[in-house]
Amino acid sequence: MRATVLVRPKAGILDPQGDAVERALEHLGFAVSGARIGKVVDLEVQGDDEAAARAQVEKMCEQLLANPLVESYEIELHG
Amino acid sequence: MGRPQPRIGVVSYPGSQDDRDALWALGALDAEAVPVWHEARELPRLDAVVLPGGFSYGDYLRCGAIARFSPATAAVCAFAEQGGLVLGICNGFQILCEAGLLPGALLRNETLRFVCRDVALRVERADTPFTARCEPGQSLVIPVKHGDGRYVPPPELDPAQVVLRYRDNPNGSVDAIAGVCNEAGNVMGLMPHPEHAVDPLLGSADGALILASLVESARERALASV
Repeated sequence: MRATVLVRPKAGILDPQGDAVERALEHLGFAVSGARIGKVVDLEVQGDDEAAARAQVEKMCEQLLANPLVESYEIELHG
Repeated sequence: MGRPQPRIGVVSYPGSQDDRDALWALGALDAEAVPVWHEARELPRLDAVVLPGGFSYGDYLRCGAIARFSPATAAVCAFAEQGGLVLGICNGFQILCEAGLLPGALLRNETLRFVCRDVALRVERADTPFTARCEPGQSLVIPVKHGDGRYVPPPELDPAQVVLRYRDNPNGSVDAIAGVCNEAGNVMGLMPHPEHAVDPLLGSADGALILASLVESARERALASV
């Protein structure tokens, strides 16, 4: 089963990369605000059981993929 | 009879850069500096450990995130849990935060620029094993060189754990925090590089106050264990 993990800077954590990209977009003439930059991790998890796969990926996020102090994560599973 | 030299290990990870400077500086400050390879599952007999600066494992994912799983880091964690003295410098500080030995996280500098220059620090605590040679409130000039040095403390950080602050914050660290210790006081991390400032020829010898404090504390422990 394929999984996509989205890792984002938590609300309230300063994200200078997001700020820089926002300024660049404004420079291009786009009216934007609130740009934040995170990470995407795509992976294959063994097995077809969605609940088991989700539980596995949750553990991966807690132990390695995200730093829970400063990052939040979201898991998407694609059958 | 000469004073015994404390044995201080310096861990080399793939991508460590400042391990040799740390070994040299500790040797110059009258310690027996012991190289420790990242694959070591057990530490040799040591009185203290230094995790050096650099870009361990390419700093992939997050700085220090992969080094945290290296065998030597597990051995260092066990050493720290038994009360052993551990000092993390720059990438070593990031590794200690990722490993949970120190509170907080180190994120991209506020300016997005890599900063490489001398910075002035204020000693907030001179009663730790790493700052005993300093005076409270003393100014130290020690270089920083990092792109990810913005310290973000956990909400519950005890202000008494702040050991060093920047006088002129180079990276946007919360409360200008440059160095913190754990609650027990036997583990400390800092972003500035004391090993690069141990001789006036290098611009400053103030880093020697930090490393000599560590050497002296390690020596006391070595003597106490005899």
